[in-house]
Amino acid sequence: MTTQPETLVTQEMIDTRDKWSEPRQSWTVSASDIRRWAQGVYWPEVPPRLYWDEEYAKTTKWGGIIAPEEFNPFAFPLEGAYGQAAALAEVEGRPAPSTGTMGSGPGSNAMNGGQTIRYHAPIRPGDVISTTSALVDWNERQTRLGLTMFVTNETRWTNQNGELVCVKTQVSIRY
Amino acid sequence: MAYNVYFEDVNVGDDLPGFKRRTDLMNWNRYAAINDEFIPIHMDDEAGRQGQNEQGAFGMGNLRTAYIHNMLRNWAGDEAEIREVGLQFRAINQKNDVLTTTGKIVEKYVEGDDHLVRIETNVVNQDGAGTAPGHAIVCLPSRG
Repeated sequence: MTTQPETLVTQEMIDTRDKWSEPRQSWTVSASDIRRWAQGVYWPEVPPRLYWDEEYAKTTKWGGIIAPEEFNPFAFPLEGAYGQAAALAEVEGRPAPSTGTMGSGPGSNAMNGGQTIRYHAPIRPGDVISTTSALVDWNERQTRLGLTMFVTNETRWTNQNGELVCVKTQVSIRY
Repeated sequence: MAYNVYFEDVNVGDDLPGFKRRTDLMNWNRYAAINDEFIPIHMDDEAGRQGQNEQGAFGMGNLRTAYIHNMLRNWAGDEAEIREVGLQFRAINQKNDVLTTTGKIVEKYVEGDDHLVRIETNVVNQDGAGTAPGHAIVCLPSRG
C-alpha cells in the first residue's frame, strides 16, 4: 500500500476552477449532417421523419427539421487528430476497474463517472454551435479505491442567436 | 403529426418499448462515420486488448447514449421534448452484443406549463446485465 496523500487536488485545478475556455465554433450544421446522423444511429431502420423531411417537420411543433438531441456538431474538426467527442470516447465505455492509467500513484488513474445532459434549444439546419467548458467542482472521499476524487466538468453549447442549446455535466473519477 | 403518447395516458411504473441492436463492427463503423470516432480501441482487436479489454475492440459509449435517445423519441413521438438524459458506463459493450434499452416511468409531475415524466433507463446486454444505468426527463404533450 502506497502512502496516501492528504488530497488529490492540484494547484492547477484550484487555478482553473470556473475559468471558462475560449469558445470554439462548429461548422455550419447542414440538413445533410442531421439526416446522416439519424441514419447512423437508427440504421437499419428509417429514422423519424422529423430528422430529415422538412415538409413533414414543418407540421410539427418544431416548425422544421431538428437534430436528434445527442447530435454532435463538433465531430469533424480540421485540426487535431480526433474531435472532442473522440477524445472523450477514449474513456467512455471502458469497464470501471480496468480503465487506462495516466501515470502511476494516487490520483493518476481516471475513469468516466458518467454524464448528464440538459437540453434547451434544438439544433437546426443552418446553426453554428459554440462550445465552452470549465472545471466547476470536485469533492474527495475514501472509497474502496483509496482516496478518490470526483471532478465535475461542465460544457455549454449556445447557437448563433445566443440561445443555450445544452449543458453537459461530466464527472471523472480519479484515484 | 406524431402524438404517440399524452401525459394523461401514462402512469408511474409503465415500461417503454426497448430499442434493440446487435452491435457488430458495421454498427460501430457507421457510428464512427458520423461522430468521427475512428479510434483504434473501437476498431481493432489488438488495440482493444492493449486498452485492457481481453475480447478486443469495444463499443462507443456515445452510441449507447444515442440508443437511449432513440428509445425516448420512438416512444414519446415528435411532439415531445427530451429535456435531460444522464447515464453512467458500468460495463463494456463487446462486439456482437445484443443491446436493448430499458425505460420505466418513475415520476410524473407538472412544472409551470410543462408536463414531465422522469424515466429510469438502462442498456441491457444479452446476458441481462445493465451496462449503462441512467435517467431521462421528457416533456410530453398534454390533452390540456
